[in-house]
Amino acid sequence: MVMIFYYFISAFLALLLLWNFIREKKNVEDMALYLLVLVPLILRILRVK
Amino acid sequence: MRRNWTVKSLLLFFFLALMILGGLGLYQHRHFDIPIVAGPGVTRVVKLSDYAQGLKGTTADTLVFILEGKEEGGKALIMSNTHANEPESLLAALIMIENAVVDRGTLIIIPQFNHSASRNTKPGDGYPLYFDIPTEWGRKTFRMGNRDASPLDQWPDPDVYIHYPERQLLSFIDARNTNRTWPGRPNGLLMEKVTFAAMEIMRREKVDIAVDMHGAETMFPVTNCIVAPEKSLRIATMAALTVKAREGFDSHVEPSPVGFRGLSHREIGDYAETLPFLLEAPIPFLDQPTGPKTEKFLLDGKDPFLLSLAHKKKLFVPYDESGWPISKRVGQHCSLILEILGQHAKKFPDRAVEVRGAPRYADIVKNGVGYYFHDPARAEKTKVYSN
Repeated sequence: MVMIFYYFISAFLALLLLWNFIREKKNVEDMALYLLVLVPLILRILRVK
Repeated sequence: MRRNWTVKSLLLFFFLALMILGGLGLYQHRHFDIPIVAGPGVTRVVKLSDYAQGLKGTTADTLVFILEGKEEGGKALIMSNTHANEPESLLAALIMIENAVVDRGTLIIIPQFNHSASRNTKPGDGYPLYFDIPTEWGRKTFRMGNRDASPLDQWPDPDVYIHYPERQLLSFIDARNTNRTWPGRPNGLLMEKVTFAAMEIMRREKVDIAVDMHGAETMFPVTNCIVAPEKSLRIATMAALTVKAREGFDSHVEPSPVGFRGLSHREIGDYAETLPFLLEAPIPFLDQPTGPKTEKFLLDGKDPFLLSLAHKKKLFVPYDESGWPISKRVGQHCSLILEILGQHAKKFPDRAVEVRGAPRYADIVKNGVGYYFHDPARAEKTKVYSN
């Protein structure tokens, strides 16, 4: 049960990061960092690692 | 505006490339099955979830091979891959499954006890994802697992793992370690359900002996030994002395610490009638001050840094240019199991488990590990199990 809740938290954080990536207009470093932080969250949501 | 989307597209491309290239190998590893050929002695194959309903449908569920003799006798449970990064245990168990025949009593073998851990990896430490064992019919490929269950199957980790039922505080990571979650409980964490299921096997089947096979670092004092609680000490000592005298290899006896909870050699003895034994074979691959963690090093155990430390007498096992090959480690496990069964039979003749067809230390060192594996492609289909 707690595990399912954590998957929802991961999905929520992933959406926040993706939204920030889309909204970012100038700072390329921030864009790259948003995607980098997204990696482990996506891997967990897809149940890869 | 256009420049902005060009940069974003490029970044997304690299992100997806990183995800696919990095993730694909890990995904394939998690879904790679090892074929196991049930030998002439296997009479039944069941699932661990038959003994604990909470495991049904989870990655922690695993195969249990049962070898029953024609004559009534005792029962022994053999577990391997409790830590799935110690492959000598898995190989020894598979050799028993593929070759052993029980004349008297029953042998119950769980080759991939922490099945979730066997589908987990340690890429941060540069572990190989697979290793191959050469056989007469080609190479047999095995998954290289990790010490702990995959967080994909048991998540999140607690800040501190509180052992059940002793309430000792253990490291958070040990919540996924099936050698810290004994005796387990039916409604606890997934790994507690795994150990609970094994306890149920021991209680329901009235198992006399439980052997949990492991590998330990050469720089760790509890290596190359049999760990046993008070009630198993006599048999463990006789087995250690006999293999030293007859087969020429050392495996000393370590007493199971009373105050350290969650370990198989402690809790099985305390929560069941079964006599527990934990076997440790030296595995240089797990030591820290070594060269790259390659498949070759995993199998031959040769490392120049460990050799240098051996010259400085910093290791707890003899170590020279020959390393510590997998054949020696697997051979030690097989011989020690057979010797423990033999010593138990001497002490409790009515509860003897008599096994033939399983190789001993000298056979495996001479012929190699792969010699004892059968080709799944040529075996009868009903005898091949994937796990």
